Amino acid sequence: MIDTLRLTAEGAKKLLDANEISGRELFAAYLDAIGERDPELHCYLHVCDDPGGDGIPIAVKDVIGTKGIPTTAGSKILQGYVPVYDSTVAARCKEHGLRFLGKTNTDEFAMGSSTENSAYGPSRNPWDPRRVPGGSGGGSAAAVSAGLAPWALGSDTGGSIKQPSALCGNVGLRPTYGTVSRYGIVAFASSLDQVGPVAKTVRDCAFLYSVVAGRDPCDSTTVDVPEVTLPEGEDLRGLRVGIPVELNEHEAIEPGVREAVAHAIELCRQLGAEVGECSLPRSVDFGLPCYYLIAPAEASSNLARYDGVRYGYRSPHSEDRLAMYKNTRDEGFGDEPKRRILVGTYALSAGYYDAYYGQAQKVRTVIAREHAQAFERFDVLVTPTSPSVAFELGGRTADPLAMYASDLLTIPSCMAGLPGLNVPCGLSEGLPVGLQLIGPQFSENTLFRVGHALEQAIGFDVVPERLR
Amino acid sequence: MPEISRELLLHVAHLARLELREDELARLEVQLNDILAAVSKVAELDLDDVPPTSHPLDVVNVWEADEPRPCLSVEDALANAPDREGDFFRVPPGGSS
Repeated sequence: MIDTLRLTAEGAKKLLDANEISGRELFAAYLDAIGERDPELHCYLHVCDDPGGDGIPIAVKDVIGTKGIPTTAGSKILQGYVPVYDSTVAARCKEHGLRFLGKTNTDEFAMGSSTENSAYGPSRNPWDPRRVPGGSGGGSAAAVSAGLAPWALGSDTGGSIKQPSALCGNVGLRPTYGTVSRYGIVAFASSLDQVGPVAKTVRDCAFLYSVVAGRDPCDSTTVDVPEVTLPEGEDLRGLRVGIPVELNEHEAIEPGVREAVAHAIELCRQLGAEVGECSLPRSVDFGLPCYYLIAPAEASSNLARYDGVRYGYRSPHSEDRLAMYKNTRDEGFGDEPKRRILVGTYALSAGYYDAYYGQAQKVRTVIAREHAQAFERFDVLVTPTSPSVAFELGGRTADPLAMYASDLLTIPSCMAGLPGLNVPCGLSEGLPVGLQLIGPQFSENTLFRVGHALEQAIGFDVVPERLR
Repeated sequence: MPEISRELLLHVAHLARLELREDELARLEVQLNDILAAVSKVAELDLDDVPPTSHPLDVVNVWEADEPRPCLSVEDALANAPDREGDFFRVPPGGSS
């Protein structure tokens, strides 16, 4: 009997190497778990047949192009779209023998913090199905927590890997901008989008990162990446941990979240780290407005390609081509992409460009400089990942600005292109709390080291209580 | 901060090639004004001397060798076409833009 709720990818590999289970049995165990729990949780938009082989299964967020496997980005406008080529990350997974279990649910075009913007209905949190799993990569995070995949790939623009991992109680890495190829990924905001791993342990997360990271001639923004070291040590001696006051004491942070993160910070001290306070005075207050100008502006450009001509949905009731474009886009896009396309188009239009997009790009420089200054004194920064635990479905859908504030604490480091790792650090009201480790660019190995040591010291049980 | 009027919203929607329905227009007019009021906070900072960041990494352009490689076949390229005629994407006749 394979317990997919507890099995890590590393554990699965050991069982396969020792011939204790076959690749076919392993894949079937996940399909059984999906059959049992996915009707309630709705993590998957598409489930695959076993392609054969003895590699470890993996779930893939539905913004990641997979040859021959439907890829919708959670949007009606891509319903029925089947890529004719693999994204680079999908190809790298296959080269390592990984087998796709299926495509996971996401807010439409990765725009959202709860999966409630998916055109195919929301996913639900395995810890409490009345609550959201976070977003946009809620399907991947919930699948890993519910034992419906040993690990998964997500994508993160302003928190779409880190925040769902926090709300579902697992480990998620948003890598340094430029370390993982976006070739074949459905683009949202190109100066921010990054693909990254979601897993049950920091070691699994590090290993999956090593599979997908590296320069890709098909994505000119990628660079050579330092070799990945799987973390082993359990102390933090010699490490300088910074606590950015504004991100730890913000009024939006729930008391239970603050407490769990404070406890983890105390553990850093006990593990031998030197802990001190620092300040990112403008990153929090100006991060959110900066993001909600830059991301929609870039989205309005990226989403111009959905015009009903070459692939995806085309409105059937149009007399001429202009009407076809307009009807296709009105009928194909949901509310959130429309809002962002309109905000972005406005912010980029003649007369407003300097005041909005241009000014936001300067704010971005301010945020990057504040972080660089903090890293002169510290190796890693610690904050809560999400100001709240998982919220109830429908709780924030009426007010776009309330939903946007879910990413208050993950956005600033994304604007600076920095890597961030979510590690579960405790429970509040019976729901997982995640802490966010932020490092300088290309410091993934440091984040893995700190995350692994904390993971051992905290001893968080990643299996949702109601499923144990 | 300029208010987004119904007229301006319709203009922006036309630029973005969105044919918004009446119920959407009413909702979006309110929401877009709320969103723009919130993001206009960026104007509070005096950043005349600060350079913009368009890309988070300090990288320079690199040229790849210009070598022909295999590309998608015509059948693959047309595999997802909503409508085709022979080896072409078929679209309705042009309207004025």
